[in-house]
Amino acid sequence: MRLVLLTASTGLAILTGLTELLRRRRLREKYAALWLVTAAFVVALSLYPSGPDLVAGLLGVRSGISLVLFLSVVFLLSICMHLTWEASRLDDKTRILSEEIALIRLERETGDQSTSPLPSGPVVLVPSPDGRHGHDG
Amino acid sequence: MVTTVERPVLVVVPALNEADCIRAVVGEIRTALPAADVLVVDDGSTDATAARARAAGALVASLPYNLGVGGAIRLGYRYAAARDYHAVVQIDADGQHDPRYAHALLDRLDAGADLVIGARFAGEGDYAVAGPRRWAMVVLGTVLSWLSGTRLTDVTSGMRAASRPLVEVFAVQYPVEYLGDTVETLAMAARRGFRVRQVPVAMRTRAGGRPSQRPLRACLYLVRVLLAVLLALIRR
Repeated sequence: MRLVLLTASTGLAILTGLTELLRRRRLREKYAALWLVTAAFVVALSLYPSGPDLVAGLLGVRSGISLVLFLSVVFLLSICMHLTWEASRLDDKTRILSEEIALIRLERETGDQSTSPLPSGPVVLVPSPDGRHGHDG
Repeated sequence: MVTTVERPVLVVVPALNEADCIRAVVGEIRTALPAADVLVVDDGSTDATAARARAAGALVASLPYNLGVGGAIRLGYRYAAARDYHAVVQIDADGQHDPRYAHALLDRLDAGADLVIGARFAGEGDYAVAGPRRWAMVVLGTVLSWLSGTRLTDVTSGMRAASRPLVEVFAVQYPVEYLGDTVETLAMAARRGFRVRQVPVAMRTRAGGRPSQRPLRACLYLVRVLLAVLLALIRR
């Protein structure tokens, strides 16, 4: 019983923290769903610590703990991959912004916008020869 | 987009804290290529680089913070693409490139090439390296020569010239990572069917000293070269 208390309080603390972050709009909407589902899992797991054993049996995994560990490692790795992707994308965006600033500064100095204006349309975000990134969406 | 004065060539000079020699470099470029415009891309310098370059008669684009050589050069290509320049010449701001060789690069462009590298080991000049740094250059040279179908001996040279079609490609896709600006751009150009060629140029001793020859630094460089080559090969 003490185990359930420990896990349940941890799960609830995480859920509270997440809800608060979402409520204060500190997390973007796209992450909200992800974290709410995660929090629900954590709470469910903390209330029924023996639950994973049933699923593990069905999947042929020897113990529920192994299954939980495996799934959490996979989950954390994918989050990390997503965040590095996101960081690269943001880096490209700020890079383009700073390029724009430099070009605008130059234009303002030379004051010859009339002769040949730089294109003012959106910049295609292609950070590397990896063309797949394509337009920013 | 009609320009009254013909401005076919843009010389892009990426500069980071080069206040000491930027004036001389810009002056030399303007003497060697009187018809060309000089764009100094000030890559977040904290000294008087921008002001001195402007005083020397260059256009100056000041980046708000440091983007690295690749980022600075991409800005140059974006500018060149937007302003209808026919060719871009890249020259380093530290004075190691002799702008008089820019003519050789531009002539080679006219003779039918899209990317011309000013190579330090192709007969002229007295630039020599040894150890892991040398091996790194051999690896680079071999892989990129194979990719581009011509013998390239100095792929990390920052003195280059690019034709208009390539300028348009580089304006939207210019690798900005370490070594990407030299190695990956070559691979990109070659893979897209652009003609890559090299011409011999002499290099002067850099004002800031030669590249480090310390073994550890040189080995790290070799590792980064291998990574850059790997990325260049697997990226589209």
